Amino acid sequence: MITIKNLHASIGDKEILKGINLEIKAGEIHAIMGPNGSGKSTLASVLAGRQDYEITQGEVQFNGKDLLELSPEDRAREGLFLAFQYPVEIPGVSNINFLKTAVNEIRAYHGQEEMPAKDFLALVKEKQKLVELDGKLANRSVNEGFSGGEKKRNEIFQMAMLNPKLAVLDETDSGLDIDALRIVATGVNALKNKDNAFVVITHYQRLLDYIVPDFVHILYNGKIVKSGGKELALELEAKGYDEVKKQFESLEK
Amino acid sequence: MIAEKTNTAQTIIDKISSTAGKVNFIDNDQLSKALLYLENKGIPTNKHEDYKYCNLDGIFKKQFKNIEQKLNSVSDMNQFKLKDALTIVVVNGNYSESLSDKLILKGLHLTAFSNLDKEGKQLIGSLANVEADAFVALNTAFSGNGFHLKIADNEQLQMPIHILYVSSANTEALVNPRNIIEIGKNAEATIIEEQICLGEGKIFTNFLSEKFVGENAKLTSYTFQNEGKNGFSVNTNQVTIARYGKYDNTTVTLSGAVVRNNHNVVLAAQNCEAHLNGLFSTKANQLVDNHTLMDHQMPNCESNELYKGIINDKSTGVFNGKIYVRKDAQKTNAYQSSNNILMSDDATINTKPQLEIYADDVKCSHGTSTGKIDEVAVFYLNARGIGRESARKLLLNAFAQEVINKIEVDELREKILDLFEKEL
Repeated sequence: MITIKNLHASIGDKEILKGINLEIKAGEIHAIMGPNGSGKSTLASVLAGRQDYEITQGEVQFNGKDLLELSPEDRAREGLFLAFQYPVEIPGVSNINFLKTAVNEIRAYHGQEEMPAKDFLALVKEKQKLVELDGKLANRSVNEGFSGGEKKRNEIFQMAMLNPKLAVLDETDSGLDIDALRIVATGVNALKNKDNAFVVITHYQRLLDYIVPDFVHILYNGKIVKSGGKELALELEAKGYDEVKKQFESLEK
Repeated sequence: MIAEKTNTAQTIIDKISSTAGKVNFIDNDQLSKALLYLENKGIPTNKHEDYKYCNLDGIFKKQFKNIEQKLNSVSDMNQFKLKDALTIVVVNGNYSESLSDKLILKGLHLTAFSNLDKEGKQLIGSLANVEADAFVALNTAFSGNGFHLKIADNEQLQMPIHILYVSSANTEALVNPRNIIEIGKNAEATIIEEQICLGEGKIFTNFLSEKFVGENAKLTSYTFQNEGKNGFSVNTNQVTIARYGKYDNTTVTLSGAVVRNNHNVVLAAQNCEAHLNGLFSTKANQLVDNHTLMDHQMPNCESNELYKGIINDKSTGVFNGKIYVRKDAQKTNAYQSSNNILMSDDATINTKPQLEIYADDVKCSHGTSTGKIDEVAVFYLNARGIGRESARKLLLNAFAQEVINKIEVDELREKILDLFEKEL
């Protein structure tokens, strides 16, 4: 699905990603954990194509394509989805109009005709139910006046509508109460299949009780310093990040 | 400098005098005042504070050197008509009975200036002061055969009135459309004013409207300006509102080489209300200059202004909003906001709130914002597969909707939205 090799990225003079290597196959769920400032969100942003970062080294292959050569919209059209840590409010653009534009631009990219309005509305209805999103929110402006939980559920709703191959969830659990967390996780689990993959970025083990990862990676200081199975998350939760920091700071010296 | 100013005005007077119709509906006193004003003050340059960003003297010298006044006749206006409105057509400043619909709506009276009785003639120039502005003077000196439209007391007009001001020439020309609109006591009307330029020549339209909103009356008015690259215009609306009266205007400017709007509203009695909304989208080297004046003369009145601009390429937008609260106008509520998006590094916006408050118990506020298109929002849309171009359109559309949605005539709103989207 995606192969990341020796990826380095900087913002201004500051190098944030210092050689990431990661391979994700279809059907897998990967969790990326790590302390604040370790580069988790940068990795998500770089994959989605945010312009603020400069890629200084490395390559990313996404389903046989050079991901870093693609514009952000083409990455999305190729099946990459980023659930934003801070979803953006867009006053005046209705959720429905926004999604219709997105669905149809993705279809056009693949040489498909526009989705008939009736099918589109049926899809909206079905997917809204999945994330228990109030139908009224669909007609409101994108994320405008949504609560924190509604914004995150709206991200998962969009993901469900666009049906990506690879979804990167950037701290989707932050700011969620336990019910919202369950709803988000239910959505992800329902969408999971053998042909798609998920990257779940999180600080806490909590989300991973609901979305069970196949692999857990610890990102620290711009590198993946440890990988393992789901038990690694539990270990982290028990010991905290200080242990990791100590261990790897001494290694770097 | 003064000699130079006089020069432009004199040139215009000389060039158009020979072709202007015999003006018999403007009284001699006003006519001589107008000519005297033009002779002494001339056409304003950018040294004039009110025309700082809109050097009309320069525009006349540069763009209208060869005014020939060879105006075209116009035979068919059907393509511009709205289905559910009554159309009044004004061609090159003159009311055209033959192109206009039959005005058989109850409570509606229209009289061409040339047919006005003595009482009617006295209304001409009763709101717009001929000695206040060069373009009022210029219109007064050369006014076309406009009309007086009156909505009778207590009448609620069942259909919007669509006034089409069409100008057509193949050489440089100056036209001076003018009207008086009077909404009687307790009456209600919706009036759409649309400006169109046809033909190959550059046309300078110097429009003047005097509007009376009677006691407890309501005038909802829309101004749609789409004059194209050959259209230059100054549009003066001089409005007076009586007790409990309400005036709403939404002005949308989609094209025109130079468009200057002077929208002056006098809240002349207690408990009246005025709303001015504006949307302008400028391109190439266009200039759109919106000057508004809310003159609060009496207590307990409310005014509200919302202007939005999208400024592309090397074009310039101006918003100057003056709110004047006189000392008797206690308990005034007046708000104003001007929001603009600059689409290129060469685009310019000049925005200036101008509050003069002489009463002590009032609520007045203004806000202005100018920025570029929100790149964070663009990225969010891109990340969902929406291309840059579509993202830009979605965002500009959303920005403009707030003003476009004020238009309550569905057919007009859809037409404007459609044209606006095509231009994006």
